[in-house]
Amino acid sequence: MSPASETVTFIVDWLSLGSLYALMALGLVIVYGILRLVNFAYGELIMVSGYTLYLLGGGPLPWLVMAAVAVAAAVLSSYLTERVAFRPVREKSLTAMLITSFAVSTLLQNAALLFVSPRARVVPLPDLFSDSIAIGGTLVPVRDLLAIVVSLAMLALFSFVLRKTILGIALRAAADKFTMTRMLGVPANLIISTAFAISGLLAGIVSLFWLGRTASVTPGIGLEPLIVSFVATVLGGMQSLIGAVVGGYALGLMTVAINTLLPQDLVDYRQAFTFGLVIVILLVRPEGLIRAK
Amino acid sequence: MLELRGLQVQYGSIMAVRDLSLNVNEGELVALIGANGAGKTTTLATIAGVLKPKKGSIVFRGHSIAGLPPEAIVRKGIAMVPEDREVFPTLTIEQNLRLGGYIRRNRAEYRRDVDEMCTLFPILGERLAQAAGTLSGGEQQQLALARALMSHPKMLMLDEPSLGLAPALVDQVFKLVTSLHRQGMTILLVEQNVHQTLDIVDRAYVLSIGRVEAAGTPADLRHQVNLQSVYLGEGPEGALGQLS
Repeated sequence: MSPASETVTFIVDWLSLGSLYALMALGLVIVYGILRLVNFAYGELIMVSGYTLYLLGGGPLPWLVMAAVAVAAAVLSSYLTERVAFRPVREKSLTAMLITSFAVSTLLQNAALLFVSPRARVVPLPDLFSDSIAIGGTLVPVRDLLAIVVSLAMLALFSFVLRKTILGIALRAAADKFTMTRMLGVPANLIISTAFAISGLLAGIVSLFWLGRTASVTPGIGLEPLIVSFVATVLGGMQSLIGAVVGGYALGLMTVAINTLLPQDLVDYRQAFTFGLVIVILLVRPEGLIRAK
Repeated sequence: MLELRGLQVQYGSIMAVRDLSLNVNEGELVALIGANGAGKTTTLATIAGVLKPKKGSIVFRGHSIAGLPPEAIVRKGIAMVPEDREVFPTLTIEQNLRLGGYIRRNRAEYRRDVDEMCTLFPILGERLAQAAGTLSGGEQQQLALARALMSHPKMLMLDEPSLGLAPALVDQVFKLVTSLHRQGMTILLVEQNVHQTLDIVDRAYVLSIGRVEAAGTPADLRHQVNLQSVYLGEGPEGALGQLS
């Protein structure tokens, strides 16, 4: 490959992976910001979305409709886990919520094992996902370009909602000073439900591209996205939404750079290198890349 | 308008309010004074719904409001300006005001209310699009007050509005409280500046370790305090110590 072509590939790889990481991290941090809860059942939303696609696959629906239903399933699961699992223990303690999130995660995984199968199931994908187009003579997967475009559109939408709508402003306020926000009349349940629904929406959108990489879903598929989101939020700074986005793109950059630069016989250890680098960064900047105000 | 009877509130492992009864009449400016740890802030937080009372009743305009969540209390007409102001530093001044008017969903009224706040607090009007975190302490106090007024409260609770402000700004805050009171606002005020507070209030309650130690008009209190200074002067922090 020519240097120019390598550059294009590198940038597309980085931006597509980074965009997905950024969206995932945002979905995790929006709940963390308000409840101080790292929702360990977050990865299972991607699983739920995957199995929804699998169940709809082979049916008469056009792919876009199936995708919309899958995303809606992730939103609904996220909303329902809060109503059913987190809300009853919310007043108790943060630890209770954390344990609950592990319970929800295990429960959903086991449901998939029991009712579907421990083995991978094929999810339907549009033909577009396997196409490539040439950018300046370099072949680039359409799926990656779509991931970038869709993610940027989501980020723009998200940013608009947080700045211009009263609910968005209330969400930002609640992430900073929850009790004060409630004293102004913003109901706690509304804010928390909204945060979980947004979290589910982001996970659902990401799932389409995440599943697109292997075109299959397994009960344990949520673990890697969970770890990636968690690392990205810690890297970016747990306290801010911008931090999550920056952390996502930074982790994407590190992952792609290590994949590209690592000699062939070390590629199997790429995650060790990535997370090693994350540790080094956190040693230098324990508060993350973006400081909370 | 507001009546507390036999209120008992636990804060962590501490019984911060032991047995507190007080009332605020419509249009009155009433202060709670007392040393640190006397239970003043806990009392306000309990009225605001942030803490739940263990015992006792809170009645506001004929309805029991004890144990309601904060978002319900503000809808009953009680607005709070907490200690440390608690403005949202990353939001703009306008967004802070918008949240203040959260329970009022009428756009036209909202615009009028913002204009009114900008007249009342000109400094805010000049900086509507600026992040609240860029304001000075005194300006943030004005914003916190404006934000509370945006909900059109029937009663305002102010927790140490003069805390951490320069003397000139303290005077300004007291003038503001006085002028709100003159316009008919019912106000429950917690303050450490005992002298200045007694100059402006209708009545005051002196709290000590979670109980009402003395109550009455400023004249009464100044009188009582002289008589009782022996057991009321609780060290240099004691509010009554500063009174004599």
